[in-house]
Amino acid sequence: MTATGSPRIKPYVVEFRDVYKIYGEGDTEVRALDGVDLRIDHGEFVAIMGASGSGKSTCMNIVGCLDAPTKGDFLFRGVDVGALDNNQRALLRRHYIGFVFQGFNLLARTTALENVELPLVYRRVPARQRREKAMWALDAVGIANRANHTPSELSGGQQQRVAIARALVSDPSLLLADEPTGNLDSARKIETMELLVKLNQERDITIAMVTHEPDMSVFVSRVVMFKDGKIVDQGHPKDVNFAGAISKRPLSERSAT
Amino acid sequence: MIWLTIVMALREIRRNTLRSILTMLGIVIGVGAVIALTTIGAGATAKVTQDISKLGDNLLIISPGGDRRSTGFSQASGFTKDDISAIQREVPGAEQVAPTVSSRALVVWGNKNWQSSVTGSTAAYLDVRSYAVAKGRSLTDVEGGSGQPLCVLGATVVKELFGSADPLGESIRVGKVSCEIIGVLAAKGQSGMGQDQDDIVLMPLRAVQRRLLGSNDIQQVYVSVAKNRNTTRVKGQIEALLRDRRKVAKDAEDDFNVRDMAEIAATVTSATGALTALLGAIAAVSLLVGGIGIMNIMLVNVTERTREIGIRLAIGALAREVLLQFLVESIALSMLGGLLGVGFGLAGSYAVTNALKVPFVVDPTMLMLAFGVSAFIGVAFGFLPAQKAARLNPIEALRHE
Repeated sequence: MTATGSPRIKPYVVEFRDVYKIYGEGDTEVRALDGVDLRIDHGEFVAIMGASGSGKSTCMNIVGCLDAPTKGDFLFRGVDVGALDNNQRALLRRHYIGFVFQGFNLLARTTALENVELPLVYRRVPARQRREKAMWALDAVGIANRANHTPSELSGGQQQRVAIARALVSDPSLLLADEPTGNLDSARKIETMELLVKLNQERDITIAMVTHEPDMSVFVSRVVMFKDGKIVDQGHPKDVNFAGAISKRPLSERSAT
Repeated sequence: MIWLTIVMALREIRRNTLRSILTMLGIVIGVGAVIALTTIGAGATAKVTQDISKLGDNLLIISPGGDRRSTGFSQASGFTKDDISAIQREVPGAEQVAPTVSSRALVVWGNKNWQSSVTGSTAAYLDVRSYAVAKGRSLTDVEGGSGQPLCVLGATVVKELFGSADPLGESIRVGKVSCEIIGVLAAKGQSGMGQDQDDIVLMPLRAVQRRLLGSNDIQQVYVSVAKNRNTTRVKGQIEALLRDRRKVAKDAEDDFNVRDMAEIAATVTSATGALTALLGAIAAVSLLVGGIGIMNIMLVNVTERTREIGIRLAIGALAREVLLQFLVESIALSMLGGLLGVGFGLAGSYAVTNALKVPFVVDPTMLMLAFGVSAFIGVAFGFLPAQKAARLNPIEALRHE
């Protein structure tokens, strides 16, 4: 697995080696990622931050094996994802990555239980095990009592829990969350973050989260700041300079969005 | 996985019940029309065949004129009394031989009249055409060969002239000839060609020849073949005999023809069969339109569910699994439509065949074919939308509003 010559016995979950993602050519060239080096180790909870257009979304897509770099190597668990075709990347996602999409993105008119079962369906898990596992995941996010409700019958916070359960159900190596608190009120935001922290600490799940809210960074173990396609700062939330990024007002003074 | 895909597809169809029904409608109508038309067509064909075989499959009809399709009004001369005797004498398989002449004439009784078909023949005619005498009696052999003015009436003629009165022993005028009614025939109904077989006045052969037609020609000869004889062989023997008697040169075509009922049935059947095929083909066009309807809705469906497709692709569905999902959905739609179409087609044709008093004949291969075609339409017209779904980029699909 470590044909990359890494001195580590166990590869990083995620490793960027001088990664470029370039759209267009010549004058219209846009460097969404401009030489990024980044490692995420097992058990970390990393927040990827930056203004819109800073490259954080592109970075997320590559971390999620949805996209491949234009230049440089991206390794997922030591596997060079750039060398894989679409199907192989899909299989990588199926078996190792759990997604919490922006805006929940649950299947409409489908019960919470069925939504959570979906990743297991593609893993060919037999029906009974699938049901048990999905119930376990719903229980882990504290929403087992709403298993047979459709998304339209659930509140935003509940929908987000279902979405997290869906990401969790396949025991992923990496849980990716794209603006997990974006559509929630402040109380729900904190609940959701606490749930993610709990999963990170108690279940030892590696989490990478994209957010533009500096307040959420207090829950994570590391912040990575993006600007213009480059990592401008990273480290413990206390030590990172959020300049340029968003609001500095305390959470309590801001309106719920 | 495939089972689950089917379950998912059915759930998706149920979720949008109204739209699914509208989508299926094209297929339902197409399949229904094809099934109904072919079933009714098959029923009509069966009815004609039945009627013709009711005439007796051992019946031969000899007419002058060479062309097989000739209706008998040809230039070739008729047959003579001696031809009839020769057939009776030299063809052992010919059980009953009924020489006939026919004409249309005005039949008058009291102040009522009726234009009817007058047939001059012998007593054998009723046997070979399987008429039964309901009242009175038939012609005797002697009377049949005579010129006596006697007649046996068909049920229609009796109804038109006499109503409920008893015609037996009454005297009617046929053309210019006054003749006595000695019998009434039992009703037979319409023939396979749609003629009223009860609109008939039967008189002795010579009476019609001399008094109505003024000719000694025999226009048609009906021959019933003995039960244990081969119809084709008897037919061949009659042909050889008549060629000889009518002095047809060796290399010339027959100037008469001998047809058996199987042949006539085949002609009629092929005509109705061709009509059925034509109607079926027209109905099949609506199947095509139905298929396009399915493609249309599936394309809308894919656009509408772009985010769902994005989610599925992101959590690890392979492109071909998404393709399969949408393909199964369109196949399920079209097969459900086909099933409903078969149901409606059968119900409709059952009603129509009942109303037309035609047998209800279901052709299972036609059902399978219609069903198979609708499944094929699902694949053919579902492929493009399914492929569109499978080729979506998950990142863009997830961003889709």
